Amino acid sequence: MTSPLEQKKIKIAGPSVVTANRTWDGIVVYRTAAKSWSADLSEAAIVRNSDEAKALLAESVADDVGAIGPYIAPVQVGADGKIEPGNLREQIRRTGVTIGQSAQV
Amino acid sequence: MYAYDEIDRTLVNERVSEFRDQVKRRLSGELTEDEFKILRLQNGVYLQLHAYMFRVAIPYGTLASNQLRALAHVARKYDRGYGHFTTRQNIQFNWIKLAELPDALEDLAKVGIHAMQTSGNNMRNVTSDQWAGVAPGEIEDPRIWSELIRQHTTLHPEFSFLPRKFKIAITASDHDRAAIKIHDIGLKLIKNEKGETGFEVLVGGGLGRTPFIGKTIKHFVHGRDILSYIEAILRVYNQYGRRDNIYKARIKILVHELGIEKFSREVEEEWQHIRNSSLQIDDEVIEDIRSRFSYPAYEKLPHMPDELRQAAADADFEAWRKNSVAPHKVQGYSIVTISLKPIGAPPGDATADQMDALADLADKYSFGEIRVGHEQNLALPHVAKRDLPALWKALDKLGLATPNVNLITDIIACPGLDYCSLANARSIPIAQELTRRFANHELANLIGRLHINISGCINACGHHHVGHIGILGVEKNGEEVYQITIGGRADEGAALGNLIGPGVKFDEVADVIEDVVEAYLALRERPDELFIDTVKRLGVEPFKERVYATR
Ligand code: HEM
Ligand code: SF4
Repeated sequence: MTSPLEQKKIKIAGPSVVTANRTWDGIVVYRTAAKSWSADLSEAAIVRNSDEAKALLAESVADDVGAIGPYIAPVQVGADGKIEPGNLREQIRRTGVTIGQSAQV
Repeated sequence: MYAYDEIDRTLVNERVSEFRDQVKRRLSGELTEDEFKILRLQNGVYLQLHAYMFRVAIPYGTLASNQLRALAHVARKYDRGYGHFTTRQNIQFNWIKLAELPDALEDLAKVGIHAMQTSGNNMRNVTSDQWAGVAPGEIEDPRIWSELIRQHTTLHPEFSFLPRKFKIAITASDHDRAAIKIHDIGLKLIKNEKGETGFEVLVGGGLGRTPFIGKTIKHFVHGRDILSYIEAILRVYNQYGRRDNIYKARIKILVHELGIEKFSREVEEEWQHIRNSSLQIDDEVIEDIRSRFSYPAYEKLPHMPDELRQAAADADFEAWRKNSVAPHKVQGYSIVTISLKPIGAPPGDATADQMDALADLADKYSFGEIRVGHEQNLALPHVAKRDLPALWKALDKLGLATPNVNLITDIIACPGLDYCSLANARSIPIAQELTRRFANHELANLIGRLHINISGCINACGHHHVGHIGILGVEKNGEEVYQITIGGRADEGAALGNLIGPGVKFDEVADVIEDVVEAYLALRERPDELFIDTVKRLGVEPFKERVYATR
């Protein structure tokens, strides 16, 4: 996993979000524009240049009680504004394992 | 089974309340994640892709039925109804909530289970042969010594902040089921000419980014000196180990850089200072540990009971028996391996219901005892042969009688990109597809013993270097690519596999493995020449040709 420190000089290639895991239960969350966390990618704040990304990340890192391990992750934004994860890892974090779980909840 | 004494019970309980307090302070913000991380790691709590992951130790792979029920309970109450058995006699839960972790730990502590030193740069769970104490021809039960080392190294201040994690494995049989040659320290229990018990000591084995097979550092260390000898190794490591570079921090790199001769001289010198200290073990200490291991009151039973004779007419039973049932040191009993590799399922997973049911079967048929092996399977160590047919029927109902132990579908795989935050590629779906390709039992049987090992990144948790066929997932331009090696092995003849050629894409892996297997079937000299022996005889070339000629 890339630590926030390593991402300090980040140049983002396209629309991105900040994602992390919620502290009390560990689930995947995204930083929202309302300076909070949401489990719903559609509520994520989208950043489009490195200054915005850096600012969003800094704000996320500061909220350490809310979520841990924040980092910048690429997304794709459709013409209709629909946000999709930008790579397989983030796809798996969003939709869960690709293997069929051994037991369903 | 081993019974903890008061000291251990107190230790485990205190640890729970300590962690409860730490979690409380973390959730209130009193502790930052930076401060808390090392504390959670010391209790087996990682952060994975989807959630926290919780790793629980199963010392030397021995579980009592009530302990297995406690693991089932944790899976059901705090997780998503299943757990994942790993290659180091641990179980992992993938979806634990931090806020509930202290409760889970407390429930486990009631049956003497804990998660101490299942992560972090300390002495990890000391592993052993899953057939310890029951394997025919064993020198003596290696768990006595595993337990001695466990007691000595648990929360030992000098070993709590090592340059990197440290893993020890012990075997007492000629056939190495504990993979001692790929551990930081591997111990082989032996007797010297005088009939005294001691160890051949290996050091510097390990996989990961820079794999090494362990080297013998001393041919015989007397049992009474084993703690001082291990301590001497650890002191040399603690002093010279590369704390500056995480990729060079394991002892294998130090042994490699110093050379085994220089390294062993350093150890020898250190050892002479401490061998006659309080680290020398009295026979009483060993006897005390020995007395805490209880062995079943075996009956005198026939070698070939009627039940077994009759069941032999059932081809399905026979297929399972031939493949899952091994000889026991006591006549009339068997060791039964339970495959956690059903066709199409993630290797090593067991549901809470399966764990509960297996605990019941252990009570009924195996004196309440279960074992966990590094191949991500379980075992019932003391099954009377007359009970085998009934046990088989019960296991079959639970989906736990796949007759594939040691066959091509008995795959070792790490969690990979489906769970692991360090992963470059998925492992489990590759394993699932391969089990489907080779689902036909006749085919798998025709192929014979063949171990496939899969890792989702260079850390090698799936032991890909030592798989007869090893599959390593890497990432190339945002895509999952898999490198395939052949010729590795993890047993007493441990060896690292060789690459057969350029990496292949996710969708092609199963086809390539089929090609490798077809090449083997065409190339083997006799039906009983194992894959690994054919590769040894012919090298990589003919396999490479077969795979890449048309790609
Ligand atoms: C999912 C969380 C896991 C993480 C974060 C993790 C991390 C790592 C890392 C970083 C290494 C390389 C260490 C080094 O070379 O210094 C490693 C090695 C290893 N891990 Fe894991 N691992 C995980 C899961 C597992 C699982 C599920 C298994 C068993 C199936 C496992 C068993 C091992 C083994 C046997 C090794 C290689 C042997 C060696 O120590 O050289 N790990 N792991
Ligand atoms: S080998 Fe890599 S991907 Fe697999 S569990 Fe280990 S760290 Fe994760």
